[in-house]
Amino acid sequence: MVAAAAATAANPLACSLFPSKGLRGTASGLQWTKRQCTRKTGPLTVTAKFELKPPPYPMDALEPHMSKETFEYHWGKHHRAYVNNLNKQIEGTGLDDMSLDDVVLVTYNKGDPLPAFNNAAQAWNHDFFWESMKPGGGGKPPGELLQLIERDFGSFDEFVQEFKSAAATQFGSGWAWLVYKANRLDVGNAENPCPSEEDKKLVVVKSPNAVNPLIWDYYPLLTIDVWEHAYYLDFQNRRPDYISTFMEKLVSWDAVSARLEVAKARAAEREIEEARKKKEEEEKNFTDKNPPEIFIDGVADDSESD
Amino acid sequence: MALRSLVSRKTLGLASSGLKLQFRGLQTFSLPDLPYDYGALEPAISGEIMQLHHQKHHQTYITNYNKALEQLHHAMEKGDSSAVVKLQSAIKFNGGGHVNHSIFWKNLAPAREGGGEPPHGNLGWAIDEDFGSLESLIQKMSAEGAAVQGSGWVWLGLDKESKKLVIETTANQDPLVTLGPLVPLLGIDVWEHAYYLQYKNVRPDYLKNIWKVVNWKYAGEVYDKERA
Repeated sequence: MVAAAAATAANPLACSLFPSKGLRGTASGLQWTKRQCTRKTGPLTVTAKFELKPPPYPMDALEPHMSKETFEYHWGKHHRAYVNNLNKQIEGTGLDDMSLDDVVLVTYNKGDPLPAFNNAAQAWNHDFFWESMKPGGGGKPPGELLQLIERDFGSFDEFVQEFKSAAATQFGSGWAWLVYKANRLDVGNAENPCPSEEDKKLVVVKSPNAVNPLIWDYYPLLTIDVWEHAYYLDFQNRRPDYISTFMEKLVSWDAVSARLEVAKARAAEREIEEARKKKEEEEKNFTDKNPPEIFIDGVADDSESD
Repeated sequence: MALRSLVSRKTLGLASSGLKLQFRGLQTFSLPDLPYDYGALEPAISGEIMQLHHQKHHQTYITNYNKALEQLHHAMEKGDSSAVVKLQSAIKFNGGGHVNHSIFWKNLAPAREGGGEPPHGNLGWAIDEDFGSLESLIQKMSAEGAAVQGSGWVWLGLDKESKKLVIETTANQDPLVTLGPLVPLLGIDVWEHAYYLQYKNVRPDYLKNIWKVVNWKYAGEVYDKERA
């Protein structure tokens, strides 16, 4: 049942909610995967701009825990403004035919963000936030997700405490996240001497303003928006009450489970890809250092025939 | 000990601004009164916003600042350096929140008590000299306030070295002093809690209306004192 839900949910999530693999390391430049939302109009192929996706449920579906009014402003004004401003900023820049994930990573610019970063990341974060909730959410996560949470945080309650605390103590505006951390050493010549399955784990992180964990190369699984606009109309200054309500009544553990499945698959694919590249590299180095004898013989043959 | 408390109260001149002294001279802070009623800034800022902002937000900064100071006191007594260092972010955030809001309340005044009245005297001249006119200062400060990402403040400050007026922004609750030798004359809170119940997502409208209740007289007094 859960597996089926995860499988059906996995595909749509996979399209938009994870960074395309292999983005890092393609230093040679703009080999980004193009977004799939190009449409043909007559002879011209018009690349659609980023669109404000409607939330996956009606605006009043999270009442009374998140009011329709909050939703109308949060999605209808704030999220919309991020998307509109992003579209204005990237028009004609070459960023406008990348995926949103890639725009976030490229505009983060290794910690020296370009102007479009805030809008790109906030557009991404809000899409991810709406899908982190559902009417009748909350409760406990299913099967494997719960096991991993218990493995990595000690117990579900300890996880909840850590997540709530991260959300409550984010100074100013920002986000708290549950992420899947594949924990690879990402430094040129560094290597994890004893890699194991335990390297891959669930971690709680928080981020200021628009920043999201894609830039740290984590796989986001769950987020809560702790900008004041996310809760002020419903909870005013009582951020801790908003956070508790989110955890108890709104979290969509199905979405989190589905994202975990995708994250694990992505991480595995990436490992295989990296292992393949490493092997290729080694073979190339070996060939460079030890030119095949046939080449020498060939030269020798040629000289003899001359 | 009682004597020490008495002396520091007197020398600091803070007895009336809500400073309390607890055991062993550890100072704790309490919420200063607003110099006007919550509803007195309407319609520019609603009474509901003012009440929450003062009673809840400012109070929470003070509560957490006091907590952090107490923890700091214990950590220092024990010589626990890592605990001392770990407390810095909470002290900066909550102490900054207390400092900034204390200035902010004085930066505002009801229209019938002179709120919105342009600055006269030295500050008025300095604004003309450094920004061309009050209108262009207002325009620039509003634009910079609107552009603050997330939560923060926009400031009119006096640079103590160049003696010039400057417009600066700070993130979150960083006080102006974190940027250098700057004296805050006017700070505008652009956290969403400062305007959301009334202006929702439209921060620029808040920044348009707040000038109707800015207390330029107070800013002018601080300016004169610093330039003297």
